[in-house]
Amino acid sequence: MSKLLEIRGLRARIANGREVLKGIDLDVAAGEVHAIMGPNGAGKSTLSSVLAGKPGYEVTEGTVRYLGRDLLAMPADERAREGVFLAFQYPVEIPGVNNMYFLRAALNAGRRQRGQAELDAQQFLKAVRDRLKLLDIGDDLLRRAVNVGFSGGEKKRNEIFQMAMLEPKLAILDETDSGLDIDALRAVSDGVNRLRDPARAIVMITHYQRLLDYIVPDRVHVLADGRIVASGDKTFAAELERTGYAYLGDAA
Amino acid sequence: MSDSATANRPASNAPPAGLLEGIVQAEGYKYGFITDVETEDAPPGLNEDTVRFISAKKGEPAWLLEWRLKAFRRWQTMAPPDWAKLNIAPIDYQGASYYSAPKAASGPKSLDEVDPELLKTYEKLGIPLGERAALAGVAVDAVFDSVSVATTFKDKLADLGIIFCSFGEAVREHPELVRRYLGSVVPQGDNFFAALNSAVFSDGSFVYVPAGVRCPMELSTYFRINAAKTGQFERTLLVADRGAYVSYLEGCTAPQRDENQLHAAVVELVALEDAEIKYATVQNWYPGDENGKGGIYNFVTKRGACRGARSKISWAQVETGSAITWKYPSCLLEGEGSTGAFYSVAITNNRQQADTGTKMIHIGRDTSSTVISKGISAGRAQNTYRGQVKVLSNADGARNYTQCDSLLIGKRCGAHTVPYIDVRHPGAKVEHEATTSKISEDQMFYCQQRGLTAEDALSLIVNGFCKEVLNELPMEFAVEAQKLLAVSLEGSVG
Ligand SMILES: Nc1ncnc2c1ncn2[C@@H]1O[C@H](COP(=O)(O)OP(=O)(O)O)[C@@H](O)[C@H]1O
Ligand SMILES: [Mg+2]
Repeated sequence: MSKLLEIRGLRARIANGREVLKGIDLDVAAGEVHAIMGPNGAGKSTLSSVLAGKPGYEVTEGTVRYLGRDLLAMPADERAREGVFLAFQYPVEIPGVNNMYFLRAALNAGRRQRGQAELDAQQFLKAVRDRLKLLDIGDDLLRRAVNVGFSGGEKKRNEIFQMAMLEPKLAILDETDSGLDIDALRAVSDGVNRLRDPARAIVMITHYQRLLDYIVPDRVHVLADGRIVASGDKTFAAELERTGYAYLGDAA
Repeated sequence: MSDSATANRPASNAPPAGLLEGIVQAEGYKYGFITDVETEDAPPGLNEDTVRFISAKKGEPAWLLEWRLKAFRRWQTMAPPDWAKLNIAPIDYQGASYYSAPKAASGPKSLDEVDPELLKTYEKLGIPLGERAALAGVAVDAVFDSVSVATTFKDKLADLGIIFCSFGEAVREHPELVRRYLGSVVPQGDNFFAALNSAVFSDGSFVYVPAGVRCPMELSTYFRINAAKTGQFERTLLVADRGAYVSYLEGCTAPQRDENQLHAAVVELVALEDAEIKYATVQNWYPGDENGKGGIYNFVTKRGACRGARSKISWAQVETGSAITWKYPSCLLEGEGSTGAFYSVAITNNRQQADTGTKMIHIGRDTSSTVISKGISAGRAQNTYRGQVKVLSNADGARNYTQCDSLLIGKRCGAHTVPYIDVRHPGAKVEHEATTSKISEDQMFYCQQRGLTAEDALSLIVNGFCKEVLNELPMEFAVEAQKLLAVSLEGSVG
């Protein structure tokens, strides 16, 4: 399997100058699912923000190659159109903008980048129906403004629906499980499992082991204080469950 | 009560410097070209002879000349309003010319006779005047500098008894209607700019929809200032008789010129019993360049009288252009159970200034009004909502709902909300809500993370912010307005 994402010695700091990522190394191949776990404040969201190109972070050292390209040199919107998708920990509300309209604009932006024809209203609707069926979710979210008035569970489900529509090559899920009750967690996990694909890499960030009961990863990493301090295969998650990653974090 | 917010205030979601900064280049203005036509101009200056010259040029009856002269005499005693939050360079009223007309177009005529240069101009502006080429279902009156050059679909409308023509033609063909309603909503001495307009108004549109008639198409006037060193003073009078309905659109553009040009229009609407008037404006006068050089001074008086019981007047406006906008489309709610509405998007960028809002005057019983205002500021622009809700002592059961939302883009612009509430009836129900927000970096990033460019993201967010107002525009106008919002904000990100 080819390396889809290669992170080498990545260091980054936030606006006030404090270093939050202190040398990250990570390889993710197409078809793999990686879990990144770690205590609050470890830098997990910062890592996903830096990969997605969110402004406000300064990369001071290291490289990130995505499909052989220098990811950090690409503007955020181009990364997205090239197949990098971030499911937000806190999806943002955009009042007055219809969810479907938003999604179609996003989808067609990506298609234009790839030299594909834009989807017309009918083709788009068909794609929407297919994905709704795949994820087993109702169409009630579609008529509303982007994330406005959505419950926590609805927001997370909407993120996964967007992922299903945009068909990314690299999906980063930032705490997609947090704040969900058990039914919602199961629904969202089922959705993610259906989106596993030999051509797609998924990096899921969480600080609850329970997610890994639903989405079984190929690799598990522990991120603590800006570094990956331990990695293992899926059995490693069970081991962590016994020892606790806080202990690993402290040791690092 | 009054609250005011400026972008200098720290906001929780403040984007890092640079992201939303570096506001617009005027490269967005597509309508800045000049049409080369021969014109007949009044010599610069303003005195009673100027007024007589204009009236004579238009072959007006004596009563109208007297009406103008009375306005002129009032104007000479008046001072420009100074209460708006506007920084206006002194205007040299004697330096401008008060009449400019394309030579060939001495009066409204059939389309075949219109100067091809003018037809080309309107085509370039996206307003084809040929009836077959025209947007299905929209009749257009085109006003070029001081005169109306073409009115489409007149015959079809005439079959229903609807009069839609230039103001000049209305004076000739329907003097009794003009005389009855002219100045009945905005009197000659109403304010400085209305008085000036009353003295020197050039042309404009006239609409009369007879009792019980529902106008089957959108009526539209397209105003174009072309000549240099002239002001434009058009006058629109729209009367909906008992039970009539009409929807009216108004669009405006002007060439890109270095000097400021004055546009002081007056619009009067009269709705009789059970009549309904919807009046929409997309104002895109040249805003000046990014340093504030040039641009139109848009000082406009618009007012509608809901004279009859259960009559309705609604104003919808999208104000994107002009260096300075001073404009308060208002409703006099006289008839029992009459309804007034004001839906506004005002967008200012670079050095633009807008002081705009409405007045809802509740006079009759059970009158209600709705005000939805969306102000968007970018660059170093200043955007003020100024609105009055007045409930007189006999207006039992009066209700008003006002919502003012301001959106700031960048750190150097300002948004201000100045509501005046004057309630003289204890039972009146008046609600006012105001919000000020910034486009957050989080919203921008969310859109960009889904693949939208910064420009598309901004346009999407702004359009969403304006949604309730855009919904009030006729369909084909709404699409134009959305594009216009995007163009107006060009360069405000990146
Ligand atoms: N934009 C930011 N501004 C200020 N502090 C930040 C910002 N992003 C992250 N941090 C800080 O960096 C550290 C790591 O945060 P984060 O990446 O969100 O951790 P995690 O997702 O692992 O909980 C925290 O101390 C957090 O407060
Ligand atoms: Mg986090």
